Amino acid sequence: MSARPTNPTNPTRASAPDATLRDAPPTSALAERPEHSPQSPLAIHAMTVAYDRKPVLWDVDYDAPPNRLIAIVGPNGAGKSTLIKACLGLVPRASGQVEFWGEPYRTARARIGYVPQRESVDWDFPVSALDVVCMGRYRKIGWCRPVSRAHKHVALDCLERVGIRDFAKRQISQLSGGQQQRVFLARALAQEADLYFMDEPFAGVDAATERAIVGVLRDLRDAGKSVIVVHHDLQTVPEYFDDVILLNMRVVASGPVAQVFTTDNLHKTYGGRLTLLSEAAEAIARAEAGGA
Amino acid sequence: MSAFSLSLDLFPLLAAVFAAVSCAVLGNFLVLRRLSLMGDAISHSVLPGLVIAFIITGSRNPLPMFVGAALAGIGTVVLVELIKRLGRVEPGAAMGVVFSVLFALGVLLIEQVTRGVDLDADCVLHGQLESLWWPGAPDTIAGLFTAEALHDIPRQVTTLAITCTAACAFVAIFFKELRIASFDPALATTQGFHAGVMHYALMVLVAGATVASFEAVGSILVIAMLICPAATARLLTDRLSVQVLCSVLIAIVTAVTGYFGASVAPAFFGASSVSAAGMIAVTAGALVATAALFSPRHGLIARVLRRRKLARAVALDDLLANLYRAAESDTGATPAVSTATLPARSRTVIPRAARDGLISVSDGAISLTPKGELAATEIVRRHRLWESYLVERAGLATDHVHEPAERLEHVPIAPPPGPRQDPHGRSIPQEPDSLQ
Repeated sequence: MSARPTNPTNPTRASAPDATLRDAPPTSALAERPEHSPQSPLAIHAMTVAYDRKPVLWDVDYDAPPNRLIAIVGPNGAGKSTLIKACLGLVPRASGQVEFWGEPYRTARARIGYVPQRESVDWDFPVSALDVVCMGRYRKIGWCRPVSRAHKHVALDCLERVGIRDFAKRQISQLSGGQQQRVFLARALAQEADLYFMDEPFAGVDAATERAIVGVLRDLRDAGKSVIVVHHDLQTVPEYFDDVILLNMRVVASGPVAQVFTTDNLHKTYGGRLTLLSEAAEAIARAEAGGA
Repeated sequence: MSAFSLSLDLFPLLAAVFAAVSCAVLGNFLVLRRLSLMGDAISHSVLPGLVIAFIITGSRNPLPMFVGAALAGIGTVVLVELIKRLGRVEPGAAMGVVFSVLFALGVLLIEQVTRGVDLDADCVLHGQLESLWWPGAPDTIAGLFTAEALHDIPRQVTTLAITCTAACAFVAIFFKELRIASFDPALATTQGFHAGVMHYALMVLVAGATVASFEAVGSILVIAMLICPAATARLLTDRLSVQVLCSVLIAIVTAVTGYFGASVAPAFFGASSVSAAGMIAVTAGALVATAALFSPRHGLIARVLRRRKLARAVALDDLLANLYRAAESDTGATPAVSTATLPARSRTVIPRAARDGLISVSDGAISLTPKGELAATEIVRRHRLWESYLVERAGLATDHVHEPAERLEHVPIAPPPGPRQDPHGRSIPQEPDSLQ
């Protein structure tokens, strides 16, 4: 994975990282900073995110190493999904910058795949499994052009890779939860991205699907890609992942599982010490909304 | 009385069909995104837009009216989004608040500001389909295709034709984008098909179709047409493209039958006339009800039939299992069981089981044939394997597993094989090797 040459830095942008940015700046600002590397598929600098004025992520700094399976773990309400969505521009950032291979999201979009939570869509929607997987190709197909046979073939291959090619014509409500999750995974494969974000792909799936997903994740890593996964099951973190981000409204620790995934760090992430921070967030939300 | 008169029926019918199709084709995406009420909201809140346009321009000139109504329609969409976000209420509540308040505002404005002017709230609700009749209609079909005839086309019909074309073109051109933005807005946005932009583009067209339609056909028909054809089509198919095409066909059929129904129906009720728009809306509702009853997959009747078929299969399984257990407890080789001792549910499937060669009946007593015995063994095997599974793996108490196993033995998922005895100490029949 070679990073493209970075654009000349806009000094006013770089010197004002705390400016309110709805989108990443058009020029690379982070690659100039010694602590962030342009090789990194994902560099987050001083990112703060708030919902309805209530801060959910405080000052996140993170560099994803290339070619790794990375788990994001943390308690409920720690901001795991929000971290992903803020990187992808799906929720606005209050401050901070995010870059992919030294580029803003807008230009790196085609190299980034996303698997939302399974519950985030309506599974009664009148589309087949194949239709859903084809959606992963829409970016490559472009505006207003129909899905060609070649793209459908790629989509079918992706269904094959997750082991449910036989269900291609099924309407998605007739699939089991595990099969639905595999459809989402196949759709991500169809995006042919270099960096993937997956929001709880293991939630509520059967053992066979879990094995299939892990197999696909390893294939992706072996093909030189990076995958960042919101994960709930602490027990399987060392087995499935290379790196881990321990998150609880801020990054408690991040790095290789062997070094970072320690009892001490887990206690810091899941322990009660951060209740003060979330109480403060509530107070900020109340005060700024004009409440008492 | 002739069924169709060019002079009386052509333009009203065209207006109804164009209005129905433009609403139906867009309505698909409202129904799928659970925004059905949005059509309702827009069609009600265009009223203040119309009145304000009238106050500003002082005339009933159609262009400012149209612009005023369209702006009100878009304003509704923006207001709904704002209230949803600021008031933190669910979309339905936000839409309900916006349209009722705006409609009330429109009624107030009409009564206070435009007193004595011909601007009538009733027209907004029921439309004036019948007023589109054509005094100078030619006598023959051939006479339609002349320059004068084209000149005579009422403005409402032209507007509706343009709206209908625009709505169909929008859905055809952006079909792929609408599909992804409706199904998975987050993925659409990350791929560069901004879901918010698609949402507003759709809403602008819904507002346009609503405004263009309701002058001719009234807001009641607009609401019905935005929802009913799409809802009917949704019941008939599981593919979005087929659903959209179906909804257009249904809209055309509804408009035509409803329109002619309005001239036929009064004869049955002894009434003199019936609103064509009302009749079309009623037809649309009747079609939804019909589809809900008779749709092959989602219909009520199909579901009842499927459930009954399943119940019969379960009863047959139970009958065979009962016979097997009777044979097990008896010492005789193939004992016969008196039909009178069987539960009523099992007795009803005896003729079918006999026809399939699973049992033989003689003198009110039944026994398993060799073929029936194989089938019965399989059911009992599954039952006892499930019982073992429930006790050993799921941790249920031994005296609690019979009922769950009774249900599990009929599902098409095989219990894990292995145990040779069930939790009650009975032997589990093993799968015969010859059958594998």
